[in-house]
Amino acid sequence: MIFKLNPSAGQPLYLQVVQQVRHAIETGVLRGGDALPGIRTLAEELVVSPNTIAKAYSELEHAGLLELRHGSGAYVMAKRRLESRTEQIRAAQGRVQALVESLHAKGFSDEEIHRMFATELFYDSSLERKT
Amino acid sequence: MNNGLAIETSELTKQYGKIPVVDRLSLKVPKQQITAFLGRNGAGKSTTIKMLLGLTSPSFGAGSVLGKTIRDASQNRDLRREVAYVAEDKQLYSYMTVGQLIRFTRSFYSDWRADTETRLLKQFQLPLRQKVRALSKGMRTKLTLLLALSRQPQLLIMDEPSEGLDPVSVEELLHEIVGVAASGVTVFFSSHQIAEVERIADRACVIDHGKLLVDTSLEDMRRDYRRITLSFDTDPPAVALSLPGIQQVRTIGRQITLLAKENADAVVELTRDLHPASVEVSPVGLREVFLETVKEER
Repeated sequence: MIFKLNPSAGQPLYLQVVQQVRHAIETGVLRGGDALPGIRTLAEELVVSPNTIAKAYSELEHAGLLELRHGSGAYVMAKRRLESRTEQIRAAQGRVQALVESLHAKGFSDEEIHRMFATELFYDSSLERKT
Repeated sequence: MNNGLAIETSELTKQYGKIPVVDRLSLKVPKQQITAFLGRNGAGKSTTIKMLLGLTSPSFGAGSVLGKTIRDASQNRDLRREVAYVAEDKQLYSYMTVGQLIRFTRSFYSDWRADTETRLLKQFQLPLRQKVRALSKGMRTKLTLLLALSRQPQLLIMDEPSEGLDPVSVEELLHEIVGVAASGVTVFFSSHQIAEVERIADRACVIDHGKLLVDTSLEDMRRDYRRITLSFDTDPPAVALSLPGIQQVRTIGRQITLLAKENADAVVELTRDLHPASVEVSPVGLREVFLETVKEER
C-alpha cells in the first residue's frame, strides 16, 4: 500500500501509519493475509525512524489488525467485523459530503471549511480513538 | 551507568578564555534512537561532539558515552572502538585512493563487516581507483559513512553529515541513517536542516549559545504543541493568560496568539470565556519551535 506521511502535521507519525493501515483495511485496499513490509524496509522506504514504524506495528498488532511474524514481516489479520465497517465509512462519507455541500452553498470556501474541521478535530484530539 | 542512555552529560562546559562556547549542557541521548542536535552555526554543536569523543577536554562538567567517562583517557580509547564518528570536515588521507583508504581502515578493525562495505560500495558507486582528494563533497561524505558503518559501531555520531550535499545525496544519507538505526545502532547527529531532522529523528535537542533550549521527542511535539489564535471583533481583553503549558503569548491588533506546549484543549476551553469571534488551533512544527526558542534567547 502507499503511505503518505506528513512530518509537520500535528499528529505523531506512528499514528499516521496506524490510521492509514486501518483505513486501508476498512476500505478493502488491504485484506486478511496481505503482507506489509518489514519494519526496516518500510522505515527506509518512508525515510522515518524505525522506532516510528515499530510503534505503529505494535499498536496495530495490539488492536488485532496485524500479525507480526518474526523475520518475515507483518500480515493483515482477516476479520469479518471490518466488512461492516466499510459500509459505515461509506455512510459517514456521505454525511460529510452533504455537510460540505451545504456549507459550500452558504458561501464558505474550501479553506474555511477545512479550517473549521481541523479546529473541531483538535478540540477533542482523542488520540487513542477506539473504533 | 547503563540506564538506557548512550550519551549523558552534566553541566558540560567549554570555555575559550572567559567565553563559554558550551554552557552547562546537560544532555541525555537514549539508546537505539535517532537524536538530532540542532542549532545555528556556532551554537556549540561541534565543540560538544568533540568533547564527547575526547578530542577536546571540557572546562567543567562531566559526561559519559556508552557508560564510559569522557575525561578518562583509557576509557576513551575503549570508547572509540564502539563509536563511529563522521566529522564535519571529513578529513581523510587524501593521497590514498578510495580502495586503499578502505583497506587501510579495515586493517584496524577485527569486526569489520565486509558485507556492509560491499553493499555500500555498490550503492554509493564510489570510484575505487580515484584519489580521495579528487572526490566531490558528496562522495567524501559517502566514503566517510562507509568507513563508519562498516565498523559495526554501537553509536554513530555525525557532525553536520548533510552539509553541502545535493538533494539526492541527502536522501541517500537519510535512507542510510534509517537503515543503520534499524540495525540497533544509536544515532546522534548535528544539523541545521530542520526538514531532514523532522523526518528521521526520534528526538531533537536544540542548542543555542552553548545552552540546551529544547529537548523533546518529535512525536510528543506533534501531539502536544499547538498554536492557538484567538480573533476578536473588538479590542482583545488585556488578561494575563498564564496557564500551565502556555509558552508564549503575543497580541497583534485584534488577535492573540498563544504557543501551547501541552494542554491545548484546556487552554482552548478557558479562552472561550473571553468570547473570541473565532478560535483557530493549528499544529506547530519543529521549524517554528526552533525559531521561536532561538529568537527568545537572543
